[in-house]
Amino acid sequence: MNALIAVIRRDLLLVMRRKSEVLTILFFFMIVTSLFPLGIGADTALLRKIAPGVIWVAALLSTMLGLQRLFASDFADGTLEQMALSPTPLGLLVGGKITAHWLVCGLPLVLLAPVIGIQFDLDTSTLGVLILALLIGTPILSLIGAIGAALTLGVRGGGVLLSLLVLPLYIPVLIFGAGAVYAQSVGLDTTGHFSVLGALLALSLFFAPWATTAAVRIAIE
Amino acid sequence: MSTTSSNRVIHWFKFSSPATFYPLAGKLIPFFWVLTVLFGIAGLWISFFVAPVDAVQGQGYRIIFVHVPASWMSMFIYIVMAVWAGLGLVFNTRLSAMMAQALAPTGALMAFLSLWTGAFWGKPMWGAWWVWDARLTSELILLFLYLGFMALQASIDDPRRADKAGAILALVGVVNVPIIYFSVKWWNTLHQGASVSINKSPAMAHTMLWGMLLMALCFWMYSIAIALMRVRTIILERESHSDWVRTLEEVK
Amino acid sequence: MWNSPAEFFEMGGYALYVWCSFGVCALLLILEPLAINNRRKAIVNRLKREIRAEKFDKEGMK
Repeated sequence: MNALIAVIRRDLLLVMRRKSEVLTILFFFMIVTSLFPLGIGADTALLRKIAPGVIWVAALLSTMLGLQRLFASDFADGTLEQMALSPTPLGLLVGGKITAHWLVCGLPLVLLAPVIGIQFDLDTSTLGVLILALLIGTPILSLIGAIGAALTLGVRGGGVLLSLLVLPLYIPVLIFGAGAVYAQSVGLDTTGHFSVLGALLALSLFFAPWATTAAVRIAIE
Repeated sequence: MSTTSSNRVIHWFKFSSPATFYPLAGKLIPFFWVLTVLFGIAGLWISFFVAPVDAVQGQGYRIIFVHVPASWMSMFIYIVMAVWAGLGLVFNTRLSAMMAQALAPTGALMAFLSLWTGAFWGKPMWGAWWVWDARLTSELILLFLYLGFMALQASIDDPRRADKAGAILALVGVVNVPIIYFSVKWWNTLHQGASVSINKSPAMAHTMLWGMLLMALCFWMYSIAIALMRVRTIILERESHSDWVRTLEEVK
Repeated sequence: MWNSPAEFFEMGGYALYVWCSFGVCALLLILEPLAINNRRKAIVNRLKREIRAEKFDKEGMK
C-alpha cells in the first residue's frame, strides 16, 4: 500500500513540476469542444443535441494525448526497469501510475466538463449526469489507454499508433457515456447506461492493469 | 532431428518448429486450394442458378452470398488469430506468433470485403452507400482492430517483441469484440438506425442457406491456404539465418 | 432460371451492385495470393543472392 501511495505521490510531484504538460491537455479539451459550434453553427437546439457526443469525443482525444506521458519518461531514464526489478509487484506500481494519470488528466476533465456543458446550453440535471458519467468513464479511459501506452513504448510513431490502437477500444465507453447524457437531456432513464458503465469500469479495473503490466514487461525486456 | 516414418504416433509438437512446419505447410497448400475451388464452384452455382429470386429484394439480394461469408470469416479469423497469438505468448513459440501475423492481413481483407459488399447491397436496398447499422459499424471497428494489430507489429523492430505486443493487443481485442458489438447494437436501436438484415424476407429458402454455407466454406479454405502461404514466406524472412533455410532446394 | 445470358448479366436491374460486389471479391481474392507470391519471390531471391555471395567469399579465400 505504501508503495502505491509513493508511486502516486511521485507522479503527481513530477506533474507539478511541469504543470504545462497537463494544462495543455485541458486547453486542448476546451478548444476542441469550441470547434464544433464554430464548424456547425450556434443553434442552441442543435448544440444541446450534439453536446454529449462532442464533449465525450473531446474527452477521449484529450485522455489520449495524456497517455503518451504515462510511461514514456520513466521508460526513457530507466526508472521503469527499476520498478520491474523492485520487490513490490509491478502490477501495483503500474496501478499507481494509472491512478496518478487519472488524477491529472481525467479528473480535471470531469471538473471542466460542466463549464463546457453550459456553453452547449445543457440543463442542470443533464450536467449532473455528465459529471457522473465522466467520473465513471474517465478511469476506464485511463485504464484501457494504459495498455496502449505500454504496448507502444519506445516505438516509432508511437503517439498516432497509440490512438489507432486505443480508440476502437474506447467506443463502448463513448456509446454508453454519451448515451447517458443524451438520455437525461431528453428525459429518459439512465440507470441502464450507468449499469453498463459501472460494469465496464469493474472489467477494466480487473483486466487492464494485468494486461498493462504484461505489456510493460515486454517493452523493457 | 526427429524421425518421420517408423512411428505410428504423430508427435504433433515436432511441427511447432518452423523448420518442420515449413515443408508440411507446403504440402497442405494445394489441397486447400482445391477445396477452395470446389466449394467456390458449388457455392457460386447455387448463388446464381439455384437460389430463387427474393420477393422483396429482387436479384440484388444475391450479394449476401459474398457479404455474409466475408463477415463470418472476418470474425472467425480474428478469433483464430487471437488464439494463435495467445498460444505464442503462453508457450513462447515463434511459429504460433507467425501464424497470427499471417492471418491478420487476410482477416482485414475479409472485413473490407464485408464492408464493400455491404455498401453495394445497401445502396439499392436502403438508398445509401453507408448506413450506421449495428453489424456494418461493428465490422468497421473490427477492421480498425485488424489494422491496429498490423500497424503495431509493423512499428516494432524487434520481431519477438512485436510478436508478444501483438499478442496482448489481439487478446485485449478479442475480449472487447463482444463488448463493442453489444454496445454498437444497443446504440443502433436507440438511434433508430436502418437495419441491413437478411431476416426481413420470410423463411429464408433452404437454397439460400446452402449457398451462404458453401461460399463460407470456400472462403474458409481460401483463408487457410493463404495463411499457410503467407506463414511460409514469413518463416523464410524471419528464419533466414538458420541452417535449414540455407539448405532448402529453392534457394540453392 | 435465366432466360438468356443478357438477363443473367443484367441481374434484374441490380447489375452494377451485384457485379461490383462479386467482382471486387474475385479481384482481391486473386490479388492476395499474387502479392504473397511476389513477397515470397523477393525473399527467395534475396536468400539466393546471399548464399552465392557467401560461396564467393569462401572460394575467394582459397
